[in-house]
Amino acid sequence: MSEQNNAKSMSIIVTKGSLDWAYPPFILGTTAAAMGMDVTMFFTFYGLALLKKKLDLQITPLGNAAMEMPMMGGHMTMPNVMAMVPGVDRAATVMMKNLIKKKGVASIEDLREAAVESDIRMIACQMTLDLFEYRREDLIEGHELGGAATYIEGATKSDINLFI
Amino acid sequence: MADQVLDAKGLNCPLPILKAKKALKDVPAGGTLEIQSTDPGSVADFEAFCRTTGNELLESKTEDGVYVFLVKHTA
Repeated sequence: MSEQNNAKSMSIIVTKGSLDWAYPPFILGTTAAAMGMDVTMFFTFYGLALLKKKLDLQITPLGNAAMEMPMMGGHMTMPNVMAMVPGVDRAATVMMKNLIKKKGVASIEDLREAAVESDIRMIACQMTLDLFEYRREDLIEGHELGGAATYIEGATKSDINLFI
Repeated sequence: MADQVLDAKGLNCPLPILKAKKALKDVPAGGTLEIQSTDPGSVADFEAFCRTTGNELLESKTEDGVYVFLVKHTA
């Protein structure tokens, strides 16, 4: 937690759970915490999957027109008709994970661990838990359960509120 | 000479900052931490980090393609 009194605070609504979309909330959350802010992350809808103990994050080129992967000095994009072929998501995920490793980018597992270590408040959306039939014991330790009102209460006092 | 040295070479955003914050915990108040990074973005980021947290950025330089920062632990 922050060492300063009257620390500034930030909240992030995390709504997406794919490998690429997992990065912005965890990068901004952990960095804000490192800069002395009190951080709250509210995991809802597909974002709730990011709190599962076992992460198996995927990426898809389907409907992702801006996704360009560096390849042989150029960039590769993929037409939707190819992106929907079975196995392409898996291959794109492997490619992305290799890039992440090669470029010294943190894994989501590491960033999430940093988030836990820096006492980021993590709220799991109760409604999403019910909707997608997740069990609380499938989620990492240290989260709390809450709903829209829980988030709003924190957000009203927060200096920065992000929706990702 | 810094009291502690953090080798963050090869790491990308936000790892140099996260590791520096962690390392600063073990530096006594008034002590210094040297961070070595190869991430070009860390130049602007360490300036912002220090401005926001109140730690003092004593030095920011480039040596043989490595960005070297000297941070005084004041906050």
